[in-house]
This record gives sequence, structure tokens and C-alpha cells, in this order.
Amino acid sequence: MNEDNSIISIDHISKWFGEKRVLDDISLNIKKGEFVTILGPSGCGKTTTLRIIAGFETPDEGNIYIGGELMNKVQPHKRPVNTVFQRYALFPHLNVYDNIAFGLKLQGVAKDEIEKRVLRVLKMVGMTDYEWRDVDSLSGGQQQRVAIARAIVNRPAVLLLDEPLSALDHKMRKDMQIELKQMHKQLGITFVYVTHDQEEALTLSDTVVVMNEGVVQQIGSPTDIYNEPVNCFVADFIGESNIFNGTMIADRKVRFMGHDFDCVDEGFGENVPVDVVVRPEDIYIMQRNDKGQFTGTVSGCIFKGVHYEMTVNTPEGQELMIQDYNAFAVGTEVSMIIKPNDIQVMKKERICNTLEGVMTDATHVEILGCDFECLPQAGIAPGDKVTVEVDFEKVDLTDDKRDGVCEGDITFILYKADHYHLTVRAENGENIYVDTQDVWEDRDIVGINIRPEDMRISAKKAENQA
Amino acid sequence: MYRISNFIGKRSNWSLPYAVFLIIFVALPLVLIMGYAFVNEGGGFTFSNITRFFGDSDALSTFAVSIEIALETTAICLLLGYPVAWLLANSKFNGSSVTIIIFILPMWINALMRTLATADLFNMLGITLGKGTLLFGMVYDYLPFMIYPIYNVLRRMDPSYAEAAQDLGAKPLTVFANVTLPLSLPGITSGIMMVFMPTVSTFAISEFLTNNKIKLFGTIIQENINSSMWNYGAALSFIMLIIIGLTTLLTGSQEEDSSAQGGLI
Repeated sequence: MNEDNSIISIDHISKWFGEKRVLDDISLNIKKGEFVTILGPSGCGKTTTLRIIAGFETPDEGNIYIGGELMNKVQPHKRPVNTVFQRYALFPHLNVYDNIAFGLKLQGVAKDEIEKRVLRVLKMVGMTDYEWRDVDSLSGGQQQRVAIARAIVNRPAVLLLDEPLSALDHKMRKDMQIELKQMHKQLGITFVYVTHDQEEALTLSDTVVVMNEGVVQQIGSPTDIYNEPVNCFVADFIGESNIFNGTMIADRKVRFMGHDFDCVDEGFGENVPVDVVVRPEDIYIMQRNDKGQFTGTVSGCIFKGVHYEMTVNTPEGQELMIQDYNAFAVGTEVSMIIKPNDIQVMKKERICNTLEGVMTDATHVEILGCDFECLPQAGIAPGDKVTVEVDFEKVDLTDDKRDGVCEGDITFILYKADHYHLTVRAENGENIYVDTQDVWEDRDIVGINIRPEDMRISAKKAENQA
Repeated sequence: MYRISNFIGKRSNWSLPYAVFLIIFVALPLVLIMGYAFVNEGGGFTFSNITRFFGDSDALSTFAVSIEIALETTAICLLLGYPVAWLLANSKFNGSSVTIIIFILPMWINALMRTLATADLFNMLGITLGKGTLLFGMVYDYLPFMIYPIYNVLRRMDPSYAEAAQDLGAKPLTVFANVTLPLSLPGITSGIMMVFMPTVSTFAISEFLTNNKIKLFGTIIQENINSSMWNYGAALSFIMLIIIGLTTLLTGSQEEDSSAQGGLI
């Protein structure tokens, strides 16, 4: 099943930790010699994926192949991979030399050969003359280098790196990024790198795998991921972006912010709701004139070093972020242009909430694990399974969780130019999506209310026939 | 004018009651032991109490037996205690903390009562009291002191050390020998001290569990004091203190931060 040049093949893997599904049908092919980064926010399943490759976790469903061989039940010590751990995990009772020689000694490599290889690898990570030092006496950056040396000295087919730079300060992280990239070139082996830092992922990788909530969102080259995100999550997570609700009027014609724009996307159909992404550096801004496609007023301007970052409000009530080398003072009337190539149109994942539920009595329906009041439904008896549709803007959130029928926590916030699109995880683990003008914070715990007249309830057909 | 509230307000003064207690019941007795040990019946300074011990073949052989029993108890406790501590610390085998309480539970009952009960149990079963029963009693009494510090160290050990070793090609047994065991040494040292020190000085257990057939060093100290041989008894106590002091120094120097690593001492 493997292509000839793929070294790791993850085939429909799922993994549960207790009730929680941390990996949901992950598939991924990693080519020999590639630098692959698995990128995502904390808790997205990226580290679990890495641990499945290393052998510290076993998949509950699906298969993992390394070098074409099924590895599901193979113990970590028999796998041709080595890991650089997040907190290095250098053995505190051994010095630098013995830490690095640990794997070679186990393989029974001859003593003088071990010495040669340890010294060579120390030189490679720039730690010559440190071999007799205690690992506790090293700085974070030095420990990092020893951890890398300890892994690559064994000449693994794949080097796994679990957020290896997260404990270092900004400057050192930048330096190590360059060194890692050089090391990858020099060694010619496959690197699988896990990080939550999108900039790091874009800088280092040949291929970026974006994950969220245990699901692979997008796989592609850094430029693909940046220029052509497949959904709002990827667009928002990678770099800065303006995300709009839009409508695809026809092929190569999209309407958003109350204006029609030419774009390069085709095949969505006519009058289809879509998400539109425009990067802040792709909006051309100039003094008000009649050449612009649309107008606005500058409401904020911050110097960011290389460029200025401006906030512009349009008469249609949208708020844009624009980056430009020229500063426009607050209050300036401006005109703007977006070129067809710079508009990224994405299919909407959903246009309203669709929840599975059960009628508990004539005027109550259980959704999200809670009992909501609803209007009496003709032809649906208590106990029937139903599908409930609720528009995003019809879901009310309350500050105090006790004021809501159901409790939830906000797991993702997306700013869409004139409103926020929130992902709220209810008590039963299901997500409900909310459009609101109110400002909420990530991880806020909220109450969820839905008015009875805002629910569209329909019987689940397949269930009723059965 | 000196005020009571000032006195109470100063936090270091709060330790005064305990300091007084320490002086009366710890420091003063130690000084008295020293005093008695180097004084003869008439009250004159002498080394004879100490030198008498080195000529007293009975006392010397009891001393040797004491050390032997203490070493054996410590070794058995270590062999039994380590695997238990490892299992307890491993969440795969020990989902709740209830199991650890079961092992600590015997410590909630007074040691003397436990020992008396054990003796009665042996008598009831018709088992002759002797070295075997003595060792059993000692291990029974002191095993928790071995388990707990080792358990503590193992439980707090970052699992990524073992994973790193596995990752570098070590089989499970090699992981244990090359990483887990060396990293749990602070717990082992602490456990050895916790078991060795009290077993070398105990006398109650041997009295009840061997009917005084086997005498330990603590026993002869007690006998000497009971028969009003204060000076010789004090000298023997002094020698024992030195032994215990040496053990502490030896094990302590090996691992200075044993308490930081989860040891009990």
C-alpha cells in the first residue's frame, strides 16, 4: 500500500483517551528525507500522533507503517526512529558523553567507534569539549543540542522532534531553527517535527500538516498552506488574516463586504455561501480616490518594524486589518483594492448548527446533553430522534453558566470582519457554533440558551422507518 | 517597657516551647549519656567503660548479631519493598491511591501491639520463636519505611526518562537497570536508612518474638540500665549512636538532596 518513496504511512488512525477521541481518522504519508511539521494548537493531537510513530502509544484503530512494515505492535526500542523530547529527558545520572553513547552501547558498537561517533556528533551540534560535563550543568540550549546529538548519533531513519525549541528564548529559537534546517540537509534523514508555532512550521518544513481537535485540517507546502488555506481554522491559525462571510455569485465572481470582487476560484456553483480569506498584506491601501474598489476610514495604525499595521473600518460596518509599508494616520479616508489572485475562497464547512437530539416531551428536546424548551411539534412523539437546526446568530451565550440551559466552554474564536464566530464545546463534548457581536475570551465558560422559536426540528427519517 | 504582645508578635519566639522540650528531652539526655559513659562508679573520668566493651566477648557477639539482623532485615525489606513500590508507582497497575494506603495501614497501629499480636499468632500456630520469627517481625514492622520513600521517588520520576531509554533501543529490563534503578537511588538510600537505623537499636521485637533467645544490642543496653549499670549502659548507647551517626553520614553524603527527591529524611 505504500508508495516507494514514503517512509512513514499513517493509515486511518484513531485514538481514544478514555471517553475523549484525541485522534479522529488521521491519514498521513511522509516521504523519505522530508521535513514534515505537524502544527496545531495545544490538545489538537499532534503529540499523540508523534508518540504513535515513536511507539509510546498504540492506535485504537488504523495502522502505522514505517519503512513499509506494519508497526502497530512493535515496541519503541525496535523502531528505526529516535525522538528528541520536549523537556529533553537527558539522563541526569550520566554525563554528556554517556548520554549520547547510550544507544550505541546498547547496539554493541565497538568502543573506539562509539567514541568517534560521539565526538563527531558533538561537533555537529557545536558542543565539542563538553563530553565530560554533567547534563545538569548545561544551559537549556546546550541540553537541547545534547538531546539532538543523542538521537541522531544512532542514525535513525526518522528523527522525531516534540516541540524541541519551546523551552528556549526567542533569539535562541531562531538560531536553532537555522541549525536544525542545516542538520536536516546534512543528515538527509526524515524529520517529523511537532510544534504549535506557525512561524516555526513555515520556516522549517517541506510539508506542513495542520491539525485541530484530532483531525488533519490540511496537508501542504508552507506556501500552499499560507496562500490557499482550505478552511477558516487554517487561515486563522497560520499568519494573520481577514476572514469574511461571502457569496459566490458565479465562477470567478465573489461578493463580500457588500461589494463584488473578481477572483480566480471556480466550481462552487451560483449564489453559494462561502468563506473568504484575504491576507492583510494583500489589501492595497491609498488616499481616497476613485480608483479603489471600496472605501474606508483608518481607525488604528501601529508600527510593526518592517510595516505598519492598520485597522480600517468600511461604511458597510466591516473592520479590516491591512499591512502596508506606508502609514496612514488615524482618521484618513482611504480607498482599497484587492486583486483577484489574493482572494482565497473556501467552501463553508456548515451554514447552520445541525444537532442530533431526542424529544423528551411535547415541548422539550434534548440536544447537547441538555433539555431545551421547544415549540410543540406536529407529528413527532416524545422519544423520537430528531435533527435540530439552529442559525449561528440565534444562539445566546450568557456570562454566568447558571443562566444557560446548558454549560459550555469557548474553544475557538474567529473574527469575521463584523462579528465573531465562536466554537463552543457543550458539556457532552459536542460543538455548537455561535455568531455574536460580543467579545468573549478563549476558554470562557458560558451558559447556552436557544429560544424555542429559533429551532427547526425535523424527525430523523431513517430512524423512524426502522 | 517590655510587652507580652511584642514577645508573641515575633514569630521566632513561637518555637521557644519546642526548644525547651528539645533541651530537656534530647540535648540533656545526650549530655548525660556522654557524662555517664566517661565516668566510673566513683565519679572519676575514665575510658574503661568503652574499653570494657571491646573486651566483653558477650557484648561483642551481640553487637555482631545486631548488625547482622539489621543488615538482613534491610536487605529483605529492599527486595520485597522495591517491586511493591514500583507497582504502586506505576499507574498501569495502581489506578487509585487506595493500594498505597493498604501498605501504609499497619503503621497506624502501635508497633508494640503489632509485635505482641504477631508473637501470639506464632504461638498459636505452633511455630518456634527464633531468628526466623524475629526477621519476620522486623520486616513486617519496617517494610512500609522502605516502600514509601522508593514509591515517592518512582512516582515523581519523569516518565520521559524511561521512554527516552526505550527510544534509544533499550529493552524493558535494560530500561530498568540503566535508568529507572539508578534514578531511584535517592529513595533506596532513604529507605535503607529508615530501616537500618531503628532495627540496629531495637530490643522490644527480639524480646517478644524470640523470648529473649536472641539478644540484640538494644537488649544489652536495656539490661545494663535495668540492673543499674548506668555507666556501662551509657557507654554502649554512645557506641550505638556513633554507629547510627556513621550510617547517616555514609548514606547522606551519597545523595545530598534525598529529601528533595522524595525521601523521608
